[in-house]
Amino acid sequence: MRYIDEFRDRDTVRALAAEIKKISTRPVKLMEVCGGHTMSIQKFGLPALLPDTVELISGPGCPVCVTSRSYIDKAVAFSQQKDVIITTYGDLIRVPGSESTLEKEHAAGADVRVVYSVLDALKIAREQPAKKVVFLGIGFETTAPGTAVAILQAAREKLTNFFVYSAHKVMPPAMAALIDEGVQINGYIGPGHVSTITGKGIYEDIPKKFGLGVVISGFEPTDLMQSVLMLIRQIETGKPQVEIQYKRAVRPEGNRKAKQMMNEVFEPGDDWWRGLGVLKDSGLKIRPKYAAFDAEKNIRADGMVPLREPKGCICGDILKGIKKPKDCRLFATVCTPRDPVGSCMVSGEGACQAYYLYNR
Amino acid sequence: MCLSIPAKIEKIEGETAVCSVGGSTYQASLMMLQTEELAPGDYVLIHTGFAIQKLDKEEAEASLKAFDEFKKLNEEMDREERETNQRLI
Amino acid sequence: MKDTKILMGHGSGGLMTHELIDRLFVRYFNNPVLQQQGDSALLPLSGKNLAFTTDSFVVDPVFFPGGNIGKLAVAGTVNDLAVSGAVPRYLSVGFILEEGLMLDELEEIVKTMAEEAARAGVLIATGDTKVVEKGKCDKIFINTSGVGEINERRLSISSGKDIRPGDKIIINGGIAEHGMAIMTTRNGMNISSPLLSDCASLNGLISHVFEVSENIRFMRDPTRGGLATVLSELVQQKDFGIRIQEDKLVIKDTVRGICELLGFDPLFVANEGKVVLIVPENEADRIVTAMREHPLGKETAVIGEITDRHPGKAWIETIVGGERMLDMLSGQQLPRIC
Repeated sequence: MRYIDEFRDRDTVRALAAEIKKISTRPVKLMEVCGGHTMSIQKFGLPALLPDTVELISGPGCPVCVTSRSYIDKAVAFSQQKDVIITTYGDLIRVPGSESTLEKEHAAGADVRVVYSVLDALKIAREQPAKKVVFLGIGFETTAPGTAVAILQAAREKLTNFFVYSAHKVMPPAMAALIDEGVQINGYIGPGHVSTITGKGIYEDIPKKFGLGVVISGFEPTDLMQSVLMLIRQIETGKPQVEIQYKRAVRPEGNRKAKQMMNEVFEPGDDWWRGLGVLKDSGLKIRPKYAAFDAEKNIRADGMVPLREPKGCICGDILKGIKKPKDCRLFATVCTPRDPVGSCMVSGEGACQAYYLYNR
Repeated sequence: MCLSIPAKIEKIEGETAVCSVGGSTYQASLMMLQTEELAPGDYVLIHTGFAIQKLDKEEAEASLKAFDEFKKLNEEMDREERETNQRLI
Repeated sequence: MKDTKILMGHGSGGLMTHELIDRLFVRYFNNPVLQQQGDSALLPLSGKNLAFTTDSFVVDPVFFPGGNIGKLAVAGTVNDLAVSGAVPRYLSVGFILEEGLMLDELEEIVKTMAEEAARAGVLIATGDTKVVEKGKCDKIFINTSGVGEINERRLSISSGKDIRPGDKIIINGGIAEHGMAIMTTRNGMNISSPLLSDCASLNGLISHVFEVSENIRFMRDPTRGGLATVLSELVQQKDFGIRIQEDKLVIKDTVRGICELLGFDPLFVANEGKVVLIVPENEADRIVTAMREHPLGKETAVIGEITDRHPGKAWIETIVGGERMLDMLSGQQLPRIC
């Protein structure tokens, strides 16, 4: 068992597709919440295998796509401080702020470094005690515990030059908000790796309150096709519930240790999501106990520019699944992966970029 | 979001595991699996440098086993494709 | 947002590089020879046809698994000539050295260059050396230019103007090995890998191909931007399309593992010892057989074909039977969490 190839079997995918076609009687829209699912769906070309009755739409689970321009503006302002090293996941480097990007600040001389892990940022902080190392914490429940581990480690080592600028977010408020906003979907393909940490409990309200099913899915093609099949079965039989397809990785209770560390360092706070606005308790703020590691409390952001939103960008409606990238008049004209206007075009998992590459 | 891939534990050294990913090795932090029993040969999911969960072999095998029901369907589809000389899906 | 400065993405070999070339270099330098925009410029000169090319090498790290910057500089220019259908003959070498570079490192690089030039059968005919202050360059930058002779019958190879639907697409082995070998050596990656760069001079393999066929329609080495960028570049504005099969591609487990770990798509990752050929359908088998006899072509395979179904677009049929479009790399590839 290598946990990869076994789940990429062509015959199984074909059979799952045939089964979906057989039992699907009415048109349905299923939202893959997680951008990683969007990526897999595109990478393996799955839409070509689904019947016309099944439409997959991309949800808000792409941290880059929902991050605000003002977050980037502040990160840019941090990067302009002489003694600051910005460490970031590669995903953020080209996201446009109001007037600049981290890539452009790098070209202008700022010390911006792409890291693969927050632990690499911690290492830089140890090696460069004269510099302030700011880590840009983006991502959902899968990524946030790692940031928590780094802050706990920094506290243990009494590091005074490691800071986190947190835009970490949690998934359930956004999933509920989408339905409240009237987004017409018939079920959720639940985020597999988020659920690895959280477990399935966080979704229980969705079938109860909104009558929609959630199938927590893996990322390989047979996983995704099977999850679609499971959701269609739920819809066709009228029995929405939370099911785990990705059983090899997701336990009902999640990863308790990771959750415990995340709760030790972060507390829930209201946060702004692109397209959804401010959602109660949807963000992870650094607790006062760890304020010494909070970039917002310790790093100057002089020269932060006034917020400017691009005109005509409908990323918000696209994230909600109300509109398609092709409905946007900027799409593929002014807004391209090369020159993204909105965040849905910046990220490889953003709906606009996926459409640009695949469906144009 | 949340790119994460399965990797095989080769060796455990304190808080890190030397994991094999297709023949390359990567040192992943085990901080999130402190309460988990892990041994070389186990597979874990790696995300941003951390092992975030141990993969359950029995569940994985059960998932694959469930696909056995499609064997017959596949044979039928193979036959139909041969007869009509057309790809079905 | 308009760019006012050069960004790293401008050197990615993808879309940003293309824009820079079109909007600046071609705009000012424009002439009929430059308009060919092949890997080499083809120059008629006193009754013969010359191919002429230049390339600069700035790789970090300078020494990497499977080679060093010197090997890359010789092989890279040899390959640009060879994929144009030319026989590489002479190279020039320009060194830009950073103050403080260790002499024995430089010697190692130069020695490798001599060995690679001998292997490829080219002479290093002229050179230049400049030293800049510490911090003004990264250890060593090398520019190599090369000239070769090109047979009249092969003049259409670099433009691909004879490509037609039904033609087969061939590549001589595994993709993304150079790019990922470099990536594993970058600081702080915590990865150790047996993966080696595929860096090699391809003129031997290519002359082997010419022994069995004089009807090669097109060749290109998929370096920066990877296989996907070469294919999508090729179909731009054309009345034919490309369709390749993912299950025909060779992607080593080591390559795939690191790609998935870091969120890279191997189709967009650089190669330094690969050539993509487009050949007539009825000669494909013969060419593949011949290429497999060569040490650099053991894993040669037909990976797809030219089609009239979706002109101007390159598509890939995925391993599970789905499909997606291939585009040019739009910026740098970077490790991602998503």
